[in-house]
Order: sequence, then structure tokens, then C-alpha cells
Amino acid sequence: MSRIDIKKTYKLFIGGQFPRSESGRTYEIKGANGKFIANPALASRKDLRDSVTAAKSALSGWSSATAFNRGQILYRIAEIMEGRRDQFVTEIIALEGGTAKAAHAQVEQAIDLWVWYAGWCDKISTIAGATNPIAGPYYNFTTPEELGVVGIISDQKVSLLGLVAAIAPVIATGNTAVVIASEKRPLSAITLGEALATSDLPAGVLNILTGKVSELAPWLASHMEIDGLDISGADSKVESELRIAGAENLKRIHRFNKSQSPQRMLAFMEAKTVWHPIGV
Amino acid sequence: MDKNLFEYAPAPESRALVSIKAQYGLFINGAWVEPKTKDKFATINPANEEVLSKISQASDSDVDRAVKAARAAYLKTWSKMPAKERGKYLFRIARIMQERAREFAVLETLDNGKPIRESRDVDVPLAAAHFFYHAGWADKLDYAGLGINPKPHGVVGQIIPWNFPLLMLAWKIAPALATGNTVVLKPAETTPLTALLFAEICQQAELPAGVVNIITGDGATGAALVNHPGIDKIAFTGSTEVGKLIARSIAISGKSVTLELGGKAANIVFEDAPIDEAVEGIVNGIFFNQGHVCCAGSRLIVQENIYDELLAKLKRRMSLIRVGDPLDKNTDLGAINSAAQLAKIKELSASGDTEGAFRWNPDCQLPSKGFWFAPTIFTGVTQSHRIAREEIFGPVLSVLTFRTPQEAIEKANNTPYGLSAGIWSEKGSRILWASKALKAGVIWANTFNKFDPASPFGGYKESGWGREGGRHGLAPYLKGTK
Repeated sequence: MSRIDIKKTYKLFIGGQFPRSESGRTYEIKGANGKFIANPALASRKDLRDSVTAAKSALSGWSSATAFNRGQILYRIAEIMEGRRDQFVTEIIALEGGTAKAAHAQVEQAIDLWVWYAGWCDKISTIAGATNPIAGPYYNFTTPEELGVVGIISDQKVSLLGLVAAIAPVIATGNTAVVIASEKRPLSAITLGEALATSDLPAGVLNILTGKVSELAPWLASHMEIDGLDISGADSKVESELRIAGAENLKRIHRFNKSQSPQRMLAFMEAKTVWHPIGV
Repeated sequence: MDKNLFEYAPAPESRALVSIKAQYGLFINGAWVEPKTKDKFATINPANEEVLSKISQASDSDVDRAVKAARAAYLKTWSKMPAKERGKYLFRIARIMQERAREFAVLETLDNGKPIRESRDVDVPLAAAHFFYHAGWADKLDYAGLGINPKPHGVVGQIIPWNFPLLMLAWKIAPALATGNTVVLKPAETTPLTALLFAEICQQAELPAGVVNIITGDGATGAALVNHPGIDKIAFTGSTEVGKLIARSIAISGKSVTLELGGKAANIVFEDAPIDEAVEGIVNGIFFNQGHVCCAGSRLIVQENIYDELLAKLKRRMSLIRVGDPLDKNTDLGAINSAAQLAKIKELSASGDTEGAFRWNPDCQLPSKGFWFAPTIFTGVTQSHRIAREEIFGPVLSVLTFRTPQEAIEKANNTPYGLSAGIWSEKGSRILWASKALKAGVIWANTFNKFDPASPFGGYKESGWGREGGRHGLAPYLKGTK
């Protein structure tokens, strides 16, 4: 008799833990072939609020970590993902369909993207900062800083690469994040959470929710403790609704079309300018 | 102290330096035109309520005319002109503004109420410097780190406030033109005169028709500009309340936007601060421009063990502030810009009284005509008081205290705003630590309220989107850059 597989319970990733939804809800996802795959957690508004609390708590530690340290941890994420390549590939094929070659390519690009952003951590300030030649006896410099807590609606189709393209630039610069994974293809996100949990990434820096985007996104957009919003994965039909909700605390709201660009970091940074007199 | 010790003979600047027309049209496509509705409103001198001129109320159809003129100028002239030549126009404008600086200063003081010393030494020179600075960027955008051959948006709609009318015009128009956009600008309802004089400069500089259009009016004109489908980008400086309205409106239109909004800046004085310099900085921080400054240091946060000494010195210094005729070169504190703003300052100050804070102001005689408010401080302020949370936009300082540096930062950051902050300390490591911890776009350490075209300005959180000035200030006027 052949061995019976051990099936995994897919859960949320909040504050470094893997809880079920506090609501007790799950939803069914099916593979590209139409067959049942799993019952991941159907995250609630309360789960989202808990995630924001976790992200906010993690912010001061992560943003004050040295850029070198953040780079090391992002690189570590790539290392851990490299060891789980087969798992990511299997899950992508199961949910997205397509060829093994395409799935491999997506996983490899996602891993390489971590490496790319890992290298940016201690360079973005050099590129985007300045010493300003002002007309007076003052030293004046501008440096980009983390924005704060960023809400991310992850790409709905390209489940792993789209996710990494959104989260890597956001946390590289010292932000923390709450991510809504691809609704129908959430396995990559959950597995990524497991990789993150073993990558020295402090608890709460990244929090991953699975569930209905249409249910969670409006709460993400209106939450007053969220400072920025990446709506790349949101339906364009609800974009204006999300932007209107986000205007209440003037969230920085962006949609991107490139997965690898310094703009994705700069969009969630704030330039700070400091003046000090020069004199004896 | 002998009351007469610091008495000066009046030294008024001459009004004859500037001639104001009885009425103004709209500046559209390089020419003066009458508004379609013929509606006019008065602009007054807030120091004596004298009517200075009649200003045109631009209607929706006037906004439409201006936007079309800007579009035509963009397509036919401005976008085709070599960047080097575009820059030359900005240099010309800077030079003419310098030549006519005194005229601008007097006009600004008449229309706004600010002391001539400030309009002459700060507003106008900085405005000219802004044009000079951006003129040089026009043909160097490839080197700005914003992509190769970056492209302008097209037609930019700009709305500016009444606190620094000419300077805010320069902050808006100079980078917009340098990056290759054309402009429709609406000055504030109560302070349109220097913008209208600027239109004359555009004519003298032979700026191609339609590149800069100046339309005057109230909030309805501003809304028409924001909502006009021919506008590609909006730049707004004003209240957070209106900023949020604009943010909602572009949620649907998809226009690019920069917002420079309100503030409630903390000015933190640590126990090791140079007290006398700090007192000067506190006074400059809150009483500069009557406190009509979005980045004003309106919350003084003092370490408890130096509170008594600092407060005594601050009160003594405040008693030397000269309030009165804005055209007098000795004046420190001019008129409040409008009756509406005065009412707002009075209402918020009254809430300070009723909520339990202690009001103090020096004994100073205020003119009988015009809009005036004495330099005022509130002590015993707690974080929940309205005067610690809401932007007063007037010469009113709220004083709070702290024991530990961490407490100072917590109090400073306890606001939805994040435009600026001040730090007073002689300890370098503490200054750099606090600079990092403060959530604000501009940090002044051992100084306050300093501005320069090369220095990016703009806020965190609900103080706005984007930066103005420096290399960073170019990005919002170019496509695809953050």
C-alpha cells in the first residue's frame, strides 16, 4: 500500500506566528486542474488589525536596524527560499498551471529579486539622499527614511514573483508591511511566510493574510495606522474606492508595473532634511 | 524695564514704490482678459482694511480658457523649445524679480500684512533665488537621477496660499517651468496682487504666451482648476482639510498631485541648549510671519529643569516684539491676514482658556483698524488640548514640558502632522538621534524657519505628499518618478 501524504494546514502569518483566522473561517481553493487543494484561512478584519498592530510594533526595531543588517537578512531570505525551491515550484504549478519551466523561472526570479533588493539596503540613501548647497552658514542634508507601515495588495496572478516584487522593496528600506496574498493562489505566500520565519526577519516585519481581497482591501485602505498602500494587485475597478478611503490619512498610494525598480523603494520613503548652523 | 528704552521713530517704507491698478483682469495666454461673468471682489490691506484693488473672479469657463491656453503653449512652444532656452527665460524672470524686488516687497506687505522687513529680506529674495536655482536645472535634468530624458506632465494646475504669496508662487512655477510643464496658477483670494505683478514680469521677460496663466478667484475657482480634465498634475499648498478633498478628487481622475499642507511642529529645547539662542529661535519659530507658517514651531516642548529660566527669558524677549504698521521697517509682527483668520485664532485661543491652559501676552497696543493679535503663549498645555493638536496658524505658542529625551520625541510625534520640527541642544549625538526619531520632513537643529531653493521641503504623514526644492523637488513635475 502506498504511503498516505501528510497534508498541510495553511495558516496566516502574523507577528511571527502562524495563527488560524480568529474568525475560524476558511475558504476552499482549487488547483489549475479544478481539483481541491486546500482550505486556507479566510482572514477577517480583526486579523488585519492584529497584523497592523504587529507591523507597527516591529517598526522601530526594523527601521533602526543598520542597513547592513537588513541587507544580510534579505539575503538570508533568498538563501532559505533557495532551499525550498521545489516546494515553491510544486505549489505554483498546482495553482497557476503552466509548465515546470515557467514555474522554475518564476521561483528563480523571485529569489534573485531578494538578492537584488538585499544589495540596495545600504545604497538607496546614497543614491536618493543629498548634501544641499544652501546659501548660508548651515550644514544641510537630505536623507530618505522609511515611511512606516505599508499595506500591500499582492499580485493576484503571478503569486510568488508578484508578492516578492511588492514586499522586498518595502522592507528593504526599513518599513514593515501587511500583505494580502493572491486570493486564489495563496500557497506561495504562506510558504514564503515559513521561509521568512526562519530567516532572522524580526517578528511582525511582514504579516501575510490570505482571504478575500474584496473584503480586506477596504479595511487596509482606511486603517489609520497604515501609512502607505501598494495597490498593484487590486482590481482597477476598486482603485478609486481604495484611494478615497486612503485619503483620510493621506496614505501614499501607488500602483507599479515593474517588479525591479528603485522607484518601488522610493515610493514608500520620506525625504528628511536636517539643518544645522556652522560656526566656531 | 524703562518702557521707552526700545522706542524708535517710525520708519515707514514708501508706498509710492508700487502702483496698484484700480482693478485687474485675468492673465491668460500672455494677455489681460476680463472674466466672463465680470465678477470682481476686493482685496484689502489687512493692516487698515483699505481696499487696494478689485480682483476678477474666474469662473469655470475662465478656468477652461486658461487651461486651453496652457495646453496650446505646451504643445506648440514650450515642449518644443530646447531646454537651454527654457532655462534662459527662468533666468530672465529671476533677474527682473531682483530688479523690481522693492516693489514686490511693498506690494506683498500691503496685500498680506507681513512686516516689510520680512517681505524685503525673506520672501522676495528667496522667490528670485528659487527662479535662479531652477533655471539652471532646465538643461540638466538628465543628470538629476530621475531617469534619462525625463518627461514633464504637460499642464500643471497650481493653487497657493496667502501666507507667502510670491514665494509660494516661485516654489510652484519655477520647478514646473524648469521641467518643461506649462502652468495655470491661482493665488489665494486675499493675496492676489504679487501674482498679478508677476504676470507683468512674464510679459517683460517675453515668456511665450500661455506658458504661465494667472487666474484669480475663491475656492470655487480652485475646485474648477483641480477638476478640469485638461490638467495633468496638481500642486497645492494649503490646509490639510482641502488637501484631503483634492486627494479624494484625484482618486477618480488619476491626476498626479503634490500637497504641502498643515503642521503642528514641535520645537524641543533640551536642558543643555544654548538658552539665549533657543529663545531667539522660539520667537522666530512662532512669530515669524505672524505665525502664518505651515512649519511654524507652534508647540514648544521644554525639558522640565530649564522651564522656569527659559520661560522668563522668553517672556522678556516677547515684550520687546514690536507689533504694528507692517510697512514700518522696525515692525516685528504685522497684521493677521484676514478677518476670517483672526476669528479662527481667537476661537482656538479661547479654547485654550476654557480647557485650562494659562494665557500670557506682553502688554502691547494693537492698532484700532485692521486685524491684529498680540504675540501669545499658553503654558500648562497638555497633549489633549486643542491648542496642542490643531493648527492655529497665528502668533500663538503652546508650551509643554518633558523629563526624558524619549518623552520629548513621543510628544513631538504625537500629531497627525509631520512637516517640521526643531531641536535645541549643544550635544551633537543627541541632535542626530532626535533628528532620526522625529517624524517630520524638515528638522531645524539650533535654528528654525530657514528656507533655501536647494533644500527640499515637505511633510510626513498628513502634512502632505512630495517635496519642493532641491533635486527632490523636481521629481513631482516629471513623469514616472516618486
